[in-house]
Amino acid sequence: MAASASTGALRAQRDSATRFEANAATRESAWVKWSVLGVSLTFFVVFLLLPLVAVFFEALRKGMQAYLAALSDSDALAALRLTLLTAFIAVPLNLVFGVAAAWAIAKFDFPGKHILITLIDLPFSVSPVIAGLIYVLVFGAQGWFGSWLAGHDLKIIFAVPGIVLATVFVTFPFVARELIPLMQAQGKEEEEAAIVLGASGFKTFWRVTLPNIKWGLLYGVILCNARAMGEFGAVSVVSGHIRGETNTLPLHVEILYNEYSFAAAFAVASLLALLALFTLAIKSYVESKARTVLVDADHS
Amino acid sequence: MPIKWLNRISAIVLSAGLLSIAARAEVTLLNVSYDPTRELYQDINAAFAKRWEASAKEKVVIKQSHGGAAKQARAVIDGLEADVVTLALAYDIDEIAARGKLLPKEWQKRLPHNSSPYTSTIVFLVRKGNPRAIKDWPDLVKPGLSVITPNPKTSGGARWNYLAAWGYALKANGNDEGKAREFVTKLYKNVPILDSGARGSTTTFVERGIGDVLLAWENEALLAIKELGPEKVEIVVPSVSILAEPPVTVVDKVVDKRKTRKVAEAYLEFLYSPEGQDLIGKNFYRPTLAEVAARYEKQFPKVALFNIEDVFGGWQKAQKTHFADGGLFDQIYQKQ
Repeated sequence: MAASASTGALRAQRDSATRFEANAATRESAWVKWSVLGVSLTFFVVFLLLPLVAVFFEALRKGMQAYLAALSDSDALAALRLTLLTAFIAVPLNLVFGVAAAWAIAKFDFPGKHILITLIDLPFSVSPVIAGLIYVLVFGAQGWFGSWLAGHDLKIIFAVPGIVLATVFVTFPFVARELIPLMQAQGKEEEEAAIVLGASGFKTFWRVTLPNIKWGLLYGVILCNARAMGEFGAVSVVSGHIRGETNTLPLHVEILYNEYSFAAAFAVASLLALLALFTLAIKSYVESKARTVLVDADHS
Repeated sequence: MPIKWLNRISAIVLSAGLLSIAARAEVTLLNVSYDPTRELYQDINAAFAKRWEASAKEKVVIKQSHGGAAKQARAVIDGLEADVVTLALAYDIDEIAARGKLLPKEWQKRLPHNSSPYTSTIVFLVRKGNPRAIKDWPDLVKPGLSVITPNPKTSGGARWNYLAAWGYALKANGNDEGKAREFVTKLYKNVPILDSGARGSTTTFVERGIGDVLLAWENEALLAIKELGPEKVEIVVPSVSILAEPPVTVVDKVVDKRKTRKVAEAYLEFLYSPEGQDLIGKNFYRPTLAEVAARYEKQFPKVALFNIEDVFGGWQKAQKTHFADGGLFDQIYQKQ
């Protein structure tokens, strides 16, 4: 799933596709080719493109004025701010953690390595609602640290820290999962060479490891960010749904929808969709960049 | 390069900090409420903020949180810092008193009318033209009919719905508990989905077009007609229904800690004032102040109401028999 691996695979596929098409013996008849293409395109249009278009269509149904009004509403702005703040904290945290975990797992042997890999995957297998409830049980007023937190006037649940925690939890595996196979495939020879040549540990990481993984890392960060901004379930449990204070964009969409403000709900949803499209654009840019790097490497 | 980034990050953190300081220069109240009161408190909060600024020379911002009543009570028990709670029924506030120990047990005696500034009841919402010819409670248990009501475990409105049906069945069968149970069991056989709050059920019925009849708060039904137009849905008033009294209270531990008792109490008293009662009537809740109630009399259908004290012996008892784990509702719903 790593960026460079997947772009490499893509390149290989394209090459073999050209080869197949060029040879009459392996070329599929036209109707097979077009019906397969037709099925996948129809599926794409009906299940992905149409809903996306519908979001923007519904958002603009009451005109540009209403659209802008919905987006500049103070609660919507607060939700946008909170969503960005949450991603701004959760993504760097998981970036540091992901690199550290992938580094440890790929480059070192230690007992319990498999347990660590399994634990990193835990947030993928646990329902987000449970993820939220875990924090309520630990930090809630009736939870383990509840009275201590109240005594020190610290608020975690139903406040920004709880939302950040829940988001960190659900986005935990993205970076590490992206890097581990990549780093394992690259092996440790280059690092060993650097160390033998006298580089310090930090220098080895900075000059050898990081350049090798940077596109995979960026890809992981992008996925992590997309999920951090879009998470609903876990955040819903710990949010308390206070308008203008603990509502993220996805929660705000639900509230607006439930208040019969359908156009406004879709307007805010379109904002989330735009953030997602923007993320996707960066992702394809990163992928194409990774591809040229690979091609350059092949030619040199 | 790293230093430039550090500067930027610290600038952002600093401005976020300044923003939160600026936000503290005014009083804020958090009103944790049940699901359908969103529009009501939007009006109330704006009017009260104006009043309070004029009389106390202090700016007040009231933040809202809405959801199913039991879910909201649970959140307050778990630490959601509500200055006031305005929930669908007394039992959920009793729970906050008992489990969270955040307010005295006798909280309901502190304000007039059992601390309920308004009342409401349960009616039916059906599709335009009433295609399934639903007139009264017995029509709801016909086989093949689809009834939408939220989950009594999380929603206050849902518990009123359930008790209204039970109360009707008692009255129709000479207080025979067995017959009542049979009737309610049949009714819940017709329920395909249980949403967690009243508003969720309304959207299921109206927007997603599921079900033949929605058991709804009277205010929620009237609002749905106002928002979505009388060409889509219409109200059916049953022969008898329950008098719902959604109560309000300040949460003592929170207001004392946050030093907001005065403004929180004034906020609740405002609900009882002629101005507050007028907004209550405008939002389709039944005002308790006689002069205001008279003005809004026409918008509410006439329906014979029974109350929970007389028929079920109060909320504590009703909750224990019907909605506790393994209670009658669980037995009824699990059997299906």
